[in-house]
Amino acid sequence: MVDAPPLLEARGLVKVYPGVRALDGADFTLRAGEVHALMGENGAGKSTLIKALTGAVRPDAGEVRLDGRVVRPRSPVEAQRLGVSTVYQEVNLAPNLSLAENLLLGRQPRRFGLIDRRAVRRRAEEIMARLGVRVDVGRPLGSLPIAVQQMAAIGRALDLDARVLVLDEPTSSLDAEETARLFGVVRDLAARGMGVVFITHFIGQVYGVCARVTVMRGGRVVAVRDAPDLPRLELVALMLGVSMEEARAIEGAHARAGSSAQVALRARGLRRGRVGPIDLELRRGGALGLAGLLGSGRTETARMIAGSDRPEGGRVEVDGRALRAGSPRRAIAAGVALCPEDRKAEAIVPGLSVRENIALAVQARRGWWRAIGRRGQRDLAERFVRSLRIATPGVEKAAGELSGGNQQKVVLARWLATEPRVLLLDEPTRGIDVGAKAEIERLAGDLCGRGLAMLFISSEVEEVARVCDRVLVLRDGRVAGELSGESVTVAAVMRLIAGEGERA
Amino acid sequence: MRDTERGKSLRGGRDGSDEAATEWRGTRGARTSHVPYDSALAALRAIGRAAPAAAAVGLLLAFNAAFTPGFFDLTIVDGRLAGSLVDVLNRGAIVALLALGMALVIATGGVDLSVGAVMAIAGAAAATLAAQHGAGAWAAIAGALAVGTAAGAFNGALVAGAGVQPIVATLVLMVAGRGAAQLLTGGQIVTFNDPVLNFIDGGFVAGVPMPVLIGAGALALGLSLTRGTALGLFIEATGDNERAARLAGVRVRTVKASAYMLCGVAAAVAGLLAASDIRAADANNAGLYLELDAILAAVLGGTALRGGRFSLVGAVLGALFIQGLTTTLYLHDVSPNATLAVKAAAVLAVCLAVSERVRVWVWRK
Amino acid sequence: MVQRPARFRFLRALRVLRVQGLLSPQDVPLAATVGVLLALFAACAIAFPGFLSPGVARNLLVGNAVLGLVCVGMTFVIISGGIDLSVGAAIGFSGILVASLVQQGWHPLPAFGSALAIGTTGGAAMGTLIHRFALPPFLVTLAGMFLYRGSALMVSERSITIRHPFHRTLAEWGSGPVPPAVVMFVVAAAAGFVVARWTRFGRDVYALGGGEESARLMGVRVAGVKVRVYAISGLCAALAGVAMTLATGAGNATAGHLAELDAIAAVVIGGTPLSGGAGSMVGTVAGVLIFGLIQEAMPRAGVTNSWWFRIAVGGLLLGFVLLQRGLEGRRGRS
Repeated sequence: MVDAPPLLEARGLVKVYPGVRALDGADFTLRAGEVHALMGENGAGKSTLIKALTGAVRPDAGEVRLDGRVVRPRSPVEAQRLGVSTVYQEVNLAPNLSLAENLLLGRQPRRFGLIDRRAVRRRAEEIMARLGVRVDVGRPLGSLPIAVQQMAAIGRALDLDARVLVLDEPTSSLDAEETARLFGVVRDLAARGMGVVFITHFIGQVYGVCARVTVMRGGRVVAVRDAPDLPRLELVALMLGVSMEEARAIEGAHARAGSSAQVALRARGLRRGRVGPIDLELRRGGALGLAGLLGSGRTETARMIAGSDRPEGGRVEVDGRALRAGSPRRAIAAGVALCPEDRKAEAIVPGLSVRENIALAVQARRGWWRAIGRRGQRDLAERFVRSLRIATPGVEKAAGELSGGNQQKVVLARWLATEPRVLLLDEPTRGIDVGAKAEIERLAGDLCGRGLAMLFISSEVEEVARVCDRVLVLRDGRVAGELSGESVTVAAVMRLIAGEGERA
Repeated sequence: MRDTERGKSLRGGRDGSDEAATEWRGTRGARTSHVPYDSALAALRAIGRAAPAAAAVGLLLAFNAAFTPGFFDLTIVDGRLAGSLVDVLNRGAIVALLALGMALVIATGGVDLSVGAVMAIAGAAAATLAAQHGAGAWAAIAGALAVGTAAGAFNGALVAGAGVQPIVATLVLMVAGRGAAQLLTGGQIVTFNDPVLNFIDGGFVAGVPMPVLIGAGALALGLSLTRGTALGLFIEATGDNERAARLAGVRVRTVKASAYMLCGVAAAVAGLLAASDIRAADANNAGLYLELDAILAAVLGGTALRGGRFSLVGAVLGALFIQGLTTTLYLHDVSPNATLAVKAAAVLAVCLAVSERVRVWVWRK
Repeated sequence: MVQRPARFRFLRALRVLRVQGLLSPQDVPLAATVGVLLALFAACAIAFPGFLSPGVARNLLVGNAVLGLVCVGMTFVIISGGIDLSVGAAIGFSGILVASLVQQGWHPLPAFGSALAIGTTGGAAMGTLIHRFALPPFLVTLAGMFLYRGSALMVSERSITIRHPFHRTLAEWGSGPVPPAVVMFVVAAAAGFVVARWTRFGRDVYALGGGEESARLMGVRVAGVKVRVYAISGLCAALAGVAMTLATGAGNATAGHLAELDAIAAVVIGGTPLSGGAGSMVGTVAGVLIFGLIQEAMPRAGVTNSWWFRIAVGGLLLGFVLLQRGLEGRRGRS
C-alpha cells in the first residue's frame, strides 16, 4: 500500500470567499485502494476541499490531478464522468423515484427506444447485491431507511465506474449496526482498488476503517498521518489547534469567580435521536461550558432546552418550575434565550433593519397589538449598538449587510433586550474576527457577573476554558464527564473529548 | 442580496432619491434630524420599495402630459369632481383594495389566488341579503364582510394550520368560490336598488367619488394596522426568515392566518364595490382574473414575491398604474384586447426586473 | 436495511400477493382517485337506469376530450413541479387562429399545423424564461395567458364559423362512432402514458419534480427537460383548441375560459400533487372521467344547477389536497 501511486492528488489549492480564505494552499493525496479520513472542525476547509475536488467549486489557484493528469471538472456531474463521485450527508437522489430508477437514472437500459423496466430492476438488484444489501429495489427511495439511501448513492457511484468515492459524513444518521455494514462495504470497495475519502466527526470511526488521516484547520492541511501512528488525543489536539505543550501550560492559569449555588435551570434526561440522555444544571452567575466535537450533541442539547426542538424524553425546569417542551415562546416567557449556531438560517432576518432585528423578540413577547413604536425600537437598538459596539452606520441598516461578527452581536442584542435569566450561546464566536471574538468573550463574562446563568458552547476548548467555570464534555451524544473550578483545564477537557482510555 | 438590489436601484436614481429624502426630513422636522443617516436610510428604503411603481406611474403621467390632451383637466360637474385622473382613481380602487391584501399575503411568503372568487361571493352575499331576504343595507354589508373574513380564515387554516402550499390551498376557493356565489344567487344576476348599497360605488362625498375614499381609507387603515402595531414587523419577519421569526417567539401561524383574513376582508370590500357599480351581483364575472391584476400590482409596488417585505403605498401605486394604463390606452383608441397583451409584457418586465438571475446575467455580459 | 432471511421469505410471499400500487404510500392518491371513480360509477349505475349504456360512455369521452387533452400536458408540467396557467387562453387562441386562417382561404391542415407550432413554441418560450431567469412559473404562464387571450381577441372578438369541406367532414365524424376529438385525447393520453413511464425524458421529469438540485447532481439536463415540459403543455393546449373547433365548427377567442383551473383541478384530483415529483397519466385520465361522471350524474340526480358542479369539484380538490398533505406527513412543516 505504501508504494501505491497517487490516484487523486491536489496541490496548493486556494479558494477565497469574500472575507475568508476557505482554502489556503491545501494539498491532498489519495492512493488507490485506501480509505482516507479527512478531519477538521467547522470552517477547517474540508467541505471546500471536497467541493474543489468534485467540481462544485472552482479553486482560485492550485491543481487537481487524477492518475497524474490535470483535471478541471466544472460541475459534480462532470467530475462523476471523470470517475470522482460524492455521496453527501443529505442524500442527493430523487426520493420520489424507486431505488432502481435512482441507481440508473439517465442510463436506463432500453429496448426499442423505450426503457426496459425489467432490465432496470435486474441491473439494480445486481448493484445492490454487490453491496450486500437485500432490499426491494422497486420501492420509492424516500420510503427506505437513510442507510439504504446512502447505499443507493454509493451504488449509483459504483455503476458510474467511480474510482474515487467521497463520503461526506455518511454515518451521522446511522445506528451502530448500519455503520458497521457501511464500513464493510467501504473496506470491500477499497480492497477492489477504489480510493475512498471519508469525512466524519466520530473519532472512533476513523480508527475503525481508515488507513490514513488528513487533518485540516484554517484552510490548510496540518497533518497527514497513518492512522495507527496517531493517538486519539493528538488527533483532537490537531483538529482543535492546540499543541499538547500549550495545553499543559494553560492549565490552572485562570482563577474564576465561582458561580452561586443557586440553580436557575435544570435539565434531566433530555434525549432526542442519537443524543442523550443528558442532565445539566445552569447556576446563577456562572457559565457552564458545553465542549465536544462537532456532532457530539452540543447544539441538540441547547435546542432542546430552548424549545427549538421537542425532546423525545426528559424535562427542563426553570427556577424549579417545569417548562413546556418544544415551544420557543414558552422558553422565552420563562426567561430562556438561545443564540443559535446557524445564525443565517435561524436568527438573522436579513431584510429587516438592525433596529427591527433587535426589537423582534421583545416585540414578539409583548404581542402584536402593543407596538413598541419606531422611537422606542430605535432607543432600544441604539443602546445595544453602543453597549455591544455593533459596527453599523446606523440602526436602519439592513442586518443582512453587516459582517458576521456584528450580525452575531445583533442576535445577542435581540436576546439581551428580553432581559433573559438564562442565556444559551451556541458557537457565538464562530466565523467572526479575533477582535469581535474577544469582545464577545468579555461580554459573556460581564453577563455572568450580573447574575445571568449561561450555557456556552464552543468548538474551541481554550475559549470554553477561558469563559466557563464548569464544563460538561459530550461525546457521541452522551455526557463524557464534568469538570469544575480548578479542574477546568484545556488538557482535561481534551482528554475527555478524545475519550482516552478507550480503544485508540 | 435584496438590499444590495435596493441600493442599486436607488443609486440609479440618485437625484430623485436624495430630493425625496430631504423632503421627508423636512416634513418630520427636527425630531429625526439628529440621526440624519438613519432617517435618510429609512426614508430611502420606504420610498425605494415603491420606486418601480412610482416610476411607472410617473412615466405614464409624463406620457399623458405629452400625448393625451386634457388628461389632467379636472372639472366640477354638479359639485362632483370629474376628469381622466379621477376616473383612474375611481376605477383603480377595486384592484388597489385587492393589491393591499395581496401585498400582506405575499409578504408572508404566500399568495392568494382566491380573491376574485371571494369578491363574487361577497357581492352575492350582499345582494341576496338585501334583495331577497329583506335585510337592511348595513346587514348586507356586514354579511359580505363576514363572508370575506370566513374565506380568508379558510385559506389561512389550510396554509398556516394544515401546512398546504399557498397556491394549492387558495386554488380550492378559486375553483369552488364562484360556484358558492352562484349557489347564493341561485344562478341569477341578483339586482338590488338600495340607496346605501348604491352609494358605495356611485356616491360622492365632498365631490369625491366613494371608491376613491374607500381606497384611501383602506390604505390608511392598512398603514396604521401594519405600522401602528407590530403586525407589519411580524409579517416581514415571517416572510423573510420564518424559522428565525418562530424562534424569536413570533406566532408565525397566527401572523400568516391574519394576513389571509385581511386579504379576504379587502376582497369582500372590493366585491361590494363591484356589485354596487352594476347594482347587482354577477357571480360569473365579478372579479374575474382580478387576482392576477392584484398580484401584478403588489409585485410592481415593491412587494417581494419570495416574501419578506411589502409596501402598501407601492401596491396602491401599482394598481393605479394598471388602471392608468388601461385608461390611457382607451383614450388613445387602442382596443381593450391589446391592453391584455400590454399587461402580459408588464408582467414579464416586472418579473425580469426583480429576478436575481437577470441581474447576474446582465452584469456578467 | 437488512431483512432477516426468515422474515424476508415471508415478505416475498406477501409481495406475490401484493397488488402493485396499493401498499406504497406514494400510490395512495392514485388508489383514492380510482376508488372515487369506481364508487361514483357504481353509484350512478345503480341509481340511474340506463347509465351503463354506450351512449353515456361516449358522452363521457366526447364531453371531456378537450379538457382531457389539456390535462395530458398539464400532468407533465405539474409532475415537473411547475404550473401552466396559459392553457385556457391557448385553447381560445389556437381555435380562433385556425378559424381565421381557414376564413382567409387556408386549408385546415396547414392551419392546424400553424396553431400547433405556435402553441409548442409559446410553451417552449415560457419554459425557457422560467428556467433561464428562475422566474416563478405561475407568473410567466400568467403573462402567457394575457398574451394569448389578448392576441386571440385581436384576431377576432366574434366567433368565426369554419366553412371548409375538409373541416366539415372531420367535424361530422364527431357525431359518428369515432369522434376525432376523442381519438386525439386517447392518442395523446396513451402517448403521454408511454412517455412518462418508459422514456428517459419521462423519468427525468419525475426526478426534476423530486428536487431540482438533486436532479441536476444526478446528471439530468434540467434546462432541456423544463423547456420540453412546457412545450408539451403548449402543444396539448393547441391540440385542445383544434379539437374545440371540430366540436363547435367554429373558432372562438373566449373558448377555454377557466380551462386552466379545470385542468389543474382534474390533474390534482387524478392524484398528481401540485408539489410535483409524483402522479400518473392513468390518474389524470381517471380525474378527467370523474369530472365527466359528475357532469353526467348531476342532471340525472335532479341537480340542474351548474354551480353544484363547481362546488363538488372544489370539495374534491380540497379532499385530495388534504389527503396529499396528510401523506407528506409533517415533513416540510416548520
